[in-house]
Amino acid sequence: MNPVRLSGRATLRGLRGVGAVALFTLRGLFHLRPFRPRLLAAQIFQIGWLSLPVVALTALFTGAALALQIHSGGARFQASDVVPAIVAIGMVRELGPVLGGLMVAARVASSIAAEIGTMKVTEQIDALVTLSTDPIGWLVTPRLWAAMLTVPVLVGVGDIIGIMGGWLVGTQSLGFNSAAYLANSWAYLESWDVISGLIKGAAFGLIVAVSGCWYGMASGRGAEGVGRATKSAVVAAAVGILAANFILTGLFFE
Amino acid sequence: MIRIEGLRKSFGTRTVLDGVDLQVGQGESLCVIGQSGTGKSVLLKCILGLEAPDNGLILWQGRPLDRHARPRFLDSFGMLFQGAALFDSLPVWQNVGFRLRQRMSDQKARGIAIKKLARVGLGPETADMMPAQLSGGMAKRAGLARAIADDPQVIFFDEPTTGLDPIRARRINGLIRGIVEETGATAITITHDMDSVRAIGDRVALLQDGSIAWQGAVADMDDAPPLAGFLGKETT
Repeated sequence: MNPVRLSGRATLRGLRGVGAVALFTLRGLFHLRPFRPRLLAAQIFQIGWLSLPVVALTALFTGAALALQIHSGGARFQASDVVPAIVAIGMVRELGPVLGGLMVAARVASSIAAEIGTMKVTEQIDALVTLSTDPIGWLVTPRLWAAMLTVPVLVGVGDIIGIMGGWLVGTQSLGFNSAAYLANSWAYLESWDVISGLIKGAAFGLIVAVSGCWYGMASGRGAEGVGRATKSAVVAAAVGILAANFILTGLFFE
Repeated sequence: MIRIEGLRKSFGTRTVLDGVDLQVGQGESLCVIGQSGTGKSVLLKCILGLEAPDNGLILWQGRPLDRHARPRFLDSFGMLFQGAALFDSLPVWQNVGFRLRQRMSDQKARGIAIKKLARVGLGPETADMMPAQLSGGMAKRAGLARAIADDPQVIFFDEPTTGLDPIRARRINGLIRGIVEETGATAITITHDMDSVRAIGDRVALLQDGSIAWQGAVADMDDAPPLAGFLGKETT
């Protein structure tokens, strides 16, 4: 077949897909009536609270490793003193949101896709429709809002734990004074550094939940279909987070 | 009560329903039979609005079942799914009282759910169990309780005895017959189990090659040549 026609078709299919996901996201976000606080609370617990350990551990080790790297790299041009400031800025602006988002993507996008996919193959979603309940409002809306609300909180907690990871390494093995380390960490941080990271967190939360819900709803039949949906959800969420991070960083800091 | 005229549905190049005409009256129990893959479930999904037909009409109480009429229709029917389709995240009573909880207090909905569970032979101790704790037969009965929880005018049964041993299948058939007679509801059952047809049907329709090949009273089906294959008879 004509390669121009082939690429045209692929582009149109891609654009149709993007449009469908955008409409799905809008429907999910604004399907607020009836408001279901119990479902929202359950998802906040699932997505937020239960992700806290993995996000906290990731942030702790990342902050600690970052301190070691900056200290060793900075020593090449006598700039080891910048460790606290760079760890703080690096965690808050970039590593906290991105790594936190990726860890939530691994844990949450897969579980949402598997749960909704299983519901689809066992006809539970059809059952919702026959019980006069829109599956978008019941399944998608609470997950989208819960992820958008909780991931920024996770990012904030991760930022603090990451900085503390750097402090731990800085004071225990790099010879920094504890009070001076903390003072330097805060001194160079600007409020926009923190706010931009939290906004990124909300965007990444939305990407994670949309990926999980979209692939779950589109899941094929049987265990294989659910497995494929789960894998696709995690891959799409991870790539989406990295791409969105590049775009948002450009918008916020260029 | 429900009339289907010239219903067509294709998936890609494969035509599944090719002009289905069918009617079921108030309080009647119709069984739709057919081999696997003949489109029985697709027909059911088209009636329920889970699949959009390519062509044809579905009339409910004389009016087309369009976007405006469908919400009222959805509120007046119950459905027993093949695998029960209970919501895994909710205890049994919340599954049964799912629709009731949208318009009454939890306490009242729970009371009704427990009564409906009793109607299908499940004790009050089942109410707080999770669906994963139920056996296949119990899940089916809980699904039946959910189907009748809101006293529907129409009840759909999708392969009600699939996956059950003969004793449990007979029990489910008996329950369905009893409930249909007791409530006066219209029943449409999709099945390929002829014991179910005899136990719960007034009328039977054979779906073959995308359309209704034969329909008539259950009492007449033994003499219907198109049903010979289903009844295990030799055709001459």
